[in-house]
Amino acid sequence: MNDVTASETVHEQKAHGATDQGHTEGQQHPIRIYLLIWALLFVFSTFSYLVDYFQLHGFLRWSLIILFMLVKAGFIVAIFMHMRWERLALKFAILIPPLALLILVGLMAIEGAHTFITRWGAFVR
Amino acid sequence: MAQDASIAGQPNSVEGLGGVAADWSGDKQAFPVHWGKAMMWIFLLSDTFIFTCFLTSYMNVRISTTATWPDPSKVFALDIAGHEIPLLLIAIMTMVLITSSGTMAMAVNYGYRRDRAKTTALMLATAALGASFVSMQAFEWHKLIVHEGVRPWGNPMGAPQFGSAFFMITGFHGLHVSAGVIYLSVVARRVWTGFYDRKGTYETVEVTGLYWHFVDLVWVFIFAFFYLW
Repeated sequence: MNDVTASETVHEQKAHGATDQGHTEGQQHPIRIYLLIWALLFVFSTFSYLVDYFQLHGFLRWSLIILFMLVKAGFIVAIFMHMRWERLALKFAILIPPLALLILVGLMAIEGAHTFITRWGAFVR
Repeated sequence: MAQDASIAGQPNSVEGLGGVAADWSGDKQAFPVHWGKAMMWIFLLSDTFIFTCFLTSYMNVRISTTATWPDPSKVFALDIAGHEIPLLLIAIMTMVLITSSGTMAMAVNYGYRRDRAKTTALMLATAALGASFVSMQAFEWHKLIVHEGVRPWGNPMGAPQFGSAFFMITGFHGLHVSAGVIYLSVVARRVWTGFYDRKGTYETVEVTGLYWHFVDLVWVFIFAFFYLW
């Protein structure tokens, strides 16, 4: 019985896929939203450039750079790459794995600091 | 059995977390999108890991070096009429890439509306902007190598790791932009000749767009971490 169910499911899927391609033409959104995001990307790029232009330093500089970077990245992925309108299953499959990279970044920051301390002790001091 | 058939027939019927379980289970296709789009997303995911490895190694050498790191604001300044304007060329390159992302998003939109002329024109505009980005990058590399003496193993401004990180990261990104220009030109030609009308779908234009937006996305991170930090 399981076999019958499986083959029927595959058959139904193929039929569904065929109608999908014929009728619904993927991601269609008003041009307005693209122009808006485009303008916002310009604005936030200008903001991050101004951080350098006005020579901000320390915590303020880093937090502003990261804030503007994340806002821009969010706009590109959510709107231009249509992630906002995708199914949650696809969102999870693509957006969760990169979080593992934060562990790599954390470990390499610790490792880099350790190398710095040993170099400082051996060569500079 | 009847229940299974109804699930397969309506793959998008359940929303939220229940929808994740429904999409991943029940002997059916997990992602209800064109296979090319799912594969492009998975490729871009792997590319995310590659670029993060580059940026992480850059972070690691920058933290661990005892020499002073060259100030990118000064290294990448342009001399215009006697005034040093910091990061000017990089700012222009950023704007060019954002503009190309905008034209690409509109190309995808017009593709789904079956407007061949506008889709082709917008894709070619995107490719042209991409090509100008690579040209400006070539100018930047030339200036750094010939006039400032930056090499992968050293430079006159400070930490020798600056050169290797710069050439590796921007070089790999520039390679992506160059490949994207070729990719865009091929797909634009196919749009113009009516290939996708015969195929019955313009999904390929959206998949090409995903790649191009990703190239822009990577530049956002390079701009923040390499040029501004």
